[in-house]
This record gives sequence, C-alpha cells and structure tokens, in this order.
Amino acid sequence: MDNTGKKTRIVKEIKVDTKRCVGCRACEIACSAFHAIPKYSSVNTARSRIMIVMDEMRDIFVPIRAGDYAQAECNGRNRYVIDGKEYDECTFCPASCPSRDAFKEPDSGLPLKCDMCESVPPLEKPMCVDACTFGALTYEEREEARAEEEKPGDMEIVFESLVKKHGKKKVMDTFTRLSKS
Amino acid sequence: MRYAETGFQLEVDLSKGSIDKVETDPRDTALYLGGNGMNAKLLFERVPPGTDPWSPDNLLIFGNGLLNGTCVPGANRVSVNTIAPVNGLMGHSLMGGFFGAEMKMAGYDRIVIRGEAPDLVYLAIHNDKVEIRDARHLRGKGMVDTQRLIQEELNDKRAWVAAIGPAGEHRVIMASIDCGNSSAARTPGPVMGAKKLKAIAIRGTKDVNLAHPAELWEICSRLRKELDENPNVGDWMATDEDDSFHHNNFSWGNARVRRKNFWSEPLEERWRNLKYDHMDRWTGCWNCPKACHNLIQWPNRRRFSYKCYGKDTYHMASFQELDFTFEILPVAMDLGFDSYSTPQVIAFALELLEAGILTEKDFPGMPCDVRQRFYYLLQKIAFREGIGDVLAHGVSGAAAIIGNGAEKFDHNTVKKFEQLPIKLGKLNPAYFLMIATGEDMAITQIEGSFPQDPITDPELKEEFIRKWIAVPDKKFAEWFRQWVKRDQLPDDAMVEIVDWNEAMHYLDDSLGLCGFVSSFRGQFGGTTGYHVWNMPQIITHATGWDFDKDRLWECFQRNRNLIRALNNRLGLRRFMERPPEDHWAVRNEEYEQQLLTKYYDFKGWTFDGIPTKETLEKLNLGYVAEDLIKRGILTGNEVTALKDARAKKEKE
Repeated sequence: MDNTGKKTRIVKEIKVDTKRCVGCRACEIACSAFHAIPKYSSVNTARSRIMIVMDEMRDIFVPIRAGDYAQAECNGRNRYVIDGKEYDECTFCPASCPSRDAFKEPDSGLPLKCDMCESVPPLEKPMCVDACTFGALTYEEREEARAEEEKPGDMEIVFESLVKKHGKKKVMDTFTRLSKS
Repeated sequence: MRYAETGFQLEVDLSKGSIDKVETDPRDTALYLGGNGMNAKLLFERVPPGTDPWSPDNLLIFGNGLLNGTCVPGANRVSVNTIAPVNGLMGHSLMGGFFGAEMKMAGYDRIVIRGEAPDLVYLAIHNDKVEIRDARHLRGKGMVDTQRLIQEELNDKRAWVAAIGPAGEHRVIMASIDCGNSSAARTPGPVMGAKKLKAIAIRGTKDVNLAHPAELWEICSRLRKELDENPNVGDWMATDEDDSFHHNNFSWGNARVRRKNFWSEPLEERWRNLKYDHMDRWTGCWNCPKACHNLIQWPNRRRFSYKCYGKDTYHMASFQELDFTFEILPVAMDLGFDSYSTPQVIAFALELLEAGILTEKDFPGMPCDVRQRFYYLLQKIAFREGIGDVLAHGVSGAAAIIGNGAEKFDHNTVKKFEQLPIKLGKLNPAYFLMIATGEDMAITQIEGSFPQDPITDPELKEEFIRKWIAVPDKKFAEWFRQWVKRDQLPDDAMVEIVDWNEAMHYLDDSLGLCGFVSSFRGQFGGTTGYHVWNMPQIITHATGWDFDKDRLWECFQRNRNLIRALNNRLGLRRFMERPPEDHWAVRNEEYEQQLLTKYYDFKGWTFDGIPTKETLEKLNLGYVAEDLIKRGILTGNEVTALKDARAKKEKE
C-alpha cells in the first residue's frame, strides 16, 4: 500500500548497458549452472535463459533474456540503426521462436524463459547480474502503484476460453439448451 | 559419469575421410590432466620419430584444458600441438576465446586431426554430427570472410570457427589459426594448411558435468570477484597506456636497435588518443573477468582486436609509430599471420637488402616507403611469390636458403624460433636457463611466477612476502628476501626458480587456465589468481578426484618430462639449448654450461639433457623410458648430469 492508498507491487528489472558488455558469457554460464539439477552441477550455455548476441566485426554485444514463447516466426525482418550500428530485429528479441534455436531446452526443444532466478530463500540479485563484473547487467527493484485488479474467477476463465474457441453464439446456444433440459 | 572432462575425443583422418568418437581412459586424465599433457602423450604414441612434419602422418591436436567449459574463471585455453615443421620439435600454441568451451559442450575433450585431405575441406561439428565439407570455395579467403561464410553456410551464428588464412594455406611458417578474437599463433598454422584443413566449425549443446557442484561454485564465484578486483592479473597493456617498458627496452627493426629514451609524455598522450579515438570496447574470453582485447576500428579497415605485445611488433620492426600497427594489423591478421614473428621476418629481409645480400632484383616492384614495403612483403609471403616463397620459412629457414652470409642476420632465434627482441647487458642466470631449455618456444610461456627484479625497500619487500601466498615452498620467500642484484642468487635458487616458473605454465596449459590470471602474472605483484594451493582444491571439486599439492606437482613433472622425452626422441640435445648469442653483451660460456648441468641434474636428466630411466619410471613414464632405450637414446644406465664424468671435468 502506498500513501495514496493504492496497492503497490515490486517490479524487478535487469537493465542492460550494451556498451559495457565484453562478451565473456559469464552470465550465460551462471544461468545454466543455477538452473541445472542439482544446482550448479553442470555448465551448458545452450540451456541458459540469457544469451549474448555477439558479432565482433560489427561491435555488437547485446545480452538478451528469454521471454515468452512465440508460436510462429514473425514477419519482422527490420533492421535498426542505433548510434551508427545496424542491428537485426532478432538481436533484441527475447522470444523463443521457430526462426532460431535460441532459448530452447536442447534435449526437449521446449522453450526456456527467464525467471529472474526464483529461489527460496530469494536471491539478492539474479545470477547473471551477480556474475557480470563489467556492469553490463544491473538489477533494479522498484515499487509501482497499480490499479486494483479484479482477478477472474474459475468460471470466467472457463467461459472465456470456450468463447474464444467456439464463438459467443454457440456457447450461449449450448448453455440455453442445457439449462432447459 | 565423467566430470569436468567429457571422456571423449574426436579423431578425424582426412586422408581416409574417417570420423571416430573415441572414449578415453580416465586414468590418463588423472595422470596428464589434459591440454598439452594429453596432446604430448598422443604425439609420443602415434607420431614416430622420423615422421616428416608436413606429411599426413603428423598429428594436429586441439586439446582442451581439463577445466575448460566449466565455471572456473579464466579456464578457456586450448593447447594446439603438433610436430612443428620449423624445427622438427613439438610445437606448442595456446588459444583462448570460446573454441575450447564450445568443443567441451559439443562433447569432446580434444580433436585429433591426422592425414591430408585431397583438396581443401573444413570440419563442421555440431554435437555428435560431424562432417568433412568441401572448402574449395574458401581458398584464398581471409580469416574474417572464412568465419562469416562458414557460419552462414551452417546457418549458425553461434558456431565458433577456427580457421587459417592464405598464409596457412600456403604453409607459411609464421601462419596462425584464428578463432574470433583469439589465435593459436605459434607453429600449428602451417600444419593445418598441409592437411588442407581450412577450418573447424564447432557448436555444442551438451552439459559439462561437475563433481561437487556447490563447493566448486562457491570457490569460482569468489575467485571471479577476486580476479576482477586484482590489478596484478589480466593484461595491463589493455588499459595502461604507459608502454615505455617495451619501447625503451626492447630492440627495434630486426631486433637490432635499442631506443632507450624513445618514450615521452607527449608521445603517450598522442598514442592514447590514437587508441581511444578508434577503440570500440574491450572484449574478453570465455568466463574471464578480465577483458584483455582491444577492439579497434581503423579508417578503411575492418574491425580487429589485438592484445598484449601485438600492439607493438609491427611499428617496432619498421621504426614507425602506433598508427602503422593499427593500419597493418587487420590486414596481416586477416591474411593469417602471427604478429609476433612475422614483423621480424620482414625486418630481417629488409636488412638483408640493405646489406646487399639480397638485391633490388629480389624485390621487383617494391615501393620505397617502409610502410608500403611491409604490405608488399606480407602479400609476397602469404601467397609465396618470389622472395616471399623463401621468407615463408621464417628467419632461420630463410637464412639457410639464402646463404651468402644471411645466417649472421639470423641472430634472434632459439631452436629456429623467433624470440622477443630483447638485448641486454649482463647475463641473468634464471633467464639463461629458461630461454635455453624452455620447450614452449617463447620466454613469455616460461617465465612468470618469481618476480623479474628484487625489491630494494626492506618494508615493501616484507609486505610483498607477507601477501605472497603463491609460493609453493618457504624457501622461495627466503631467496627473495636475500635477493639484491638481479643476477645474483645461488645457482640452486636459480634452478628452482626456473622449475617453479615452468611448473605454473605446464599446469595452466594442461588445465586450460590463461597465463594472464595465473602463471605469467605472479611475477608482477605476487598476488596471482591461481597457484599450487588453490589449484588442487578446484580440480578436486571439478573432477571428484582427490588432488593435493604433491599430486599436482607430480602432474607438472610428468608432463614436463614427457614433452622433454618426446623432443629428445625428435633430436633435442644439449648443444641446441642456447639463447641467442647476443641476448646478453657479457657472456660466460663456462659458467653457463655449469649452470645448465646443475639444472639438468635437478631435473633428473642426463648430461645431454635427457630424463634418466629412473626419473621417467618415478613418474609413471616407464613406457617412455622403454621406448628411448629401444631406440638407443638411453641405455638405461645413465646417471644424472652432475654425476657424469663430463660434469666433473667441467668443474675442474
């Protein structure tokens, strides 16, 4: 609760300063080791939920963290010029998607997603940030006011998905028919 | 399950086109660790003496250090070994960067290449999928294009590509193998060319397993932070712009001219601007908190990164300034040249021209400007045109071909290998031993644990000793305490100092640790990242084997003696162990020979510099002793050097 009486939540963020990245991949190593079972029992950067997109010849060093899974390849093949350097759209994209082999569990192919190193007890900061001695990754927590959100009930969720799948009319017709019998 | 190592090596025969994934014996790893140790064992077992280094029967081995690909910070160096065409001895080169870790994650501790492909090929490795692919379309391509084209062909931007450029394809002795910001520069490049192997592309997605996860992680996280904060590790040349040390003390041209007052503040300021006006960032190697590479974008050149003394070699060989190095380095590196030896070869050629041993006819169309001459000769050598075909043999090889007095200009090589251009006054006994007997071909791969100079201030000296936890034995601290003049310590101390210096390099090279956080950096400030007290603990937690200092030290001795015996079998003898004759102005042949005898004796070697049967057997190298006896190199009855009748005669 903040002083306006609104509910607050903690927003966790990892800030990236691409100018400071040297491409050592300590973040990838720490991530893969932390998520190994048992913890720290192996290193395999293909299992990491952070990846440095690295192209020395173009001076591109961009650490990106795995975000949501995307079912389809996107049409976006844009190129962006920032500070005189040209980047592919993929350079900044956190998605695990069919167009590249990033952020996929190498054994199963299932998508990986950054969990900000959820742990009990909680970590002081995510593993990748802790491993980055160059200051390319920094961790920030801030409180953010948020509107009172109404959580949908179980029935609402069920109906919403039915409507999504079959359309409102079919669901209503079925409901009417069933309620009569 | 195997821990830290994968337990497999990839064996590729390019003549047959065969690819085998071979399980290795864990007992070998426990004895030789990995890297140069395991590579030397394979060379000893599989390449008999008399094998022409250029022939398909020679091996080219990319051997991971035992700790590569783990969470141990600074463990990333691949030991690249072969029988070197330049002198017929074991060639040893180290490559940092990411190739080793990727190889581990692909499931291999090392890649062993044999044979010779019918035409140019490259090797593509993705875990268990390994292909020998056509590379004819890459012929003559530079490093940058080769790496990019292969990544595109494999549709994998995360594959690491170790390649040779035109220099390697044409078997130039000074050719290197490059991968990203790293290179294996000394001796394996031309062998890769002889095997017609343009490149190895590698990508891996498998686990590297660790035996005691929590313990190892705790040590490694602490070490990462310690290394980060420790100013005595890493490469100071990446950040300290005062480079008076090399410019005032090393020799310019063909290792000839010392310019003792070259450095000045205005020059430093000018060069600082030259660097930072064109530098994008520092870049690092796999899992290392030090970033030693400088990424430079020079006008009209492709981006390139350099590290360490590579910053100085071209402009010092040509009597120019830093801008010349920045201008020529990307071109030379793209052609696949080692920046250590190549400028010396070019300076040597221009000196021969000045002396009239070579004439204008040998350099048709060569420009007058010295900078343009360097470009001219780079091209000639890379593609072996005209005089370039001769110079491609390196200084010693070219001098022998040219004759007519050219041999006298080959004044800075040891065992036919170009050395750092250092010319000093008074003999330094420890350095005499290291340069004479080192099997790693360059002093920077041998020196490093014991400081180069004494500390005169008694308080500072005591403070240094207090913090000096790296010393393997208190006696080193005692010697340091009594040390006043650089060249004056008892011979026994000099011998043991050399032994410790060597030990750390041998351990690094078998474990994969970079010398900049370990063996090379103890000499500056004493507080190096790795030493004989923390290495055993790390090996124990990574592999699950109980290691202690004594067992570790024995691994060093085993690898040192194995490599020595391998080289003895290839012809290495006492008479070859000589620093350049003009390395020091004042020499004392008699004393030097006595010193050499004492060193051999300490090592358990014969008067000729060969490990005795007893020495080898003590180190589980009985099979090596047997082989040397069978070949008549040992009788089995030899005594160590000081007990030899020749040593007694020497004393009289």
